[in-house]
Amino acid sequence: MSGKTVTRADLAEAVYRKVGLSRTESADLVESVLDEICDAIVRGESVKLSSFATFQVRDKNERIGRNPKTGEEVPILPRRVMTFKASNVLKNRILRSHNQRKAKAAK
Amino acid sequence: MIKSELVQIIANRNPHLFLRDVENIVSAIFEEITDALAAGNRVELRGFGAFSVKNRPARTGRNPRTGDAVDVDEKWVPFFKTGKELRERLNNAK
Repeated sequence: MSGKTVTRADLAEAVYRKVGLSRTESADLVESVLDEICDAIVRGESVKLSSFATFQVRDKNERIGRNPKTGEEVPILPRRVMTFKASNVLKNRILRSHNQRKAKAAK
Repeated sequence: MIKSELVQIIANRNPHLFLRDVENIVSAIFEEITDALAAGNRVELRGFGAFSVKNRPARTGRNPRTGDAVDVDEKWVPFFKTGKELRERLNNAK
């Protein structure tokens, strides 16, 4: 595993390479795609990106948590969280390439 | 919101681009994330979240219907952690 971290800049570079817009415009478009997804989620909409994943918003009820260090009970307030459900296409792609790497390493 | 709706919103904002270009842009972004995860890399998008791959070791599972022991292979699953900014926005925007 190379352990590299991919960032916005790499996504912008991919858009620049594949679509042929300027680097600045590519970066702006990456930003607006992420912004639109965030806005939809904050509005409470689910975002379905076929062959990638689904992002959904879930409402969590209040529950009693515990500080693991002190054992003290603390209420966890009701809140909204975002969930990520990977598509089968994405899951299989990841599984396949990791299995291939593992097979290669075993040789 | 589905992918085609996302593409349409971005296209409306950028009238100088063809719809096909916008489709390619959106695809390029998610393909890049997919490729990175397949290569075992992390994807960190500040304000949005971080994608990573987690390893699930091989284990002996059970068929819940019959109770038979079954070997489950080691696997790798995609994981997402919501970014701080988005997490906060989800709870303040009410």
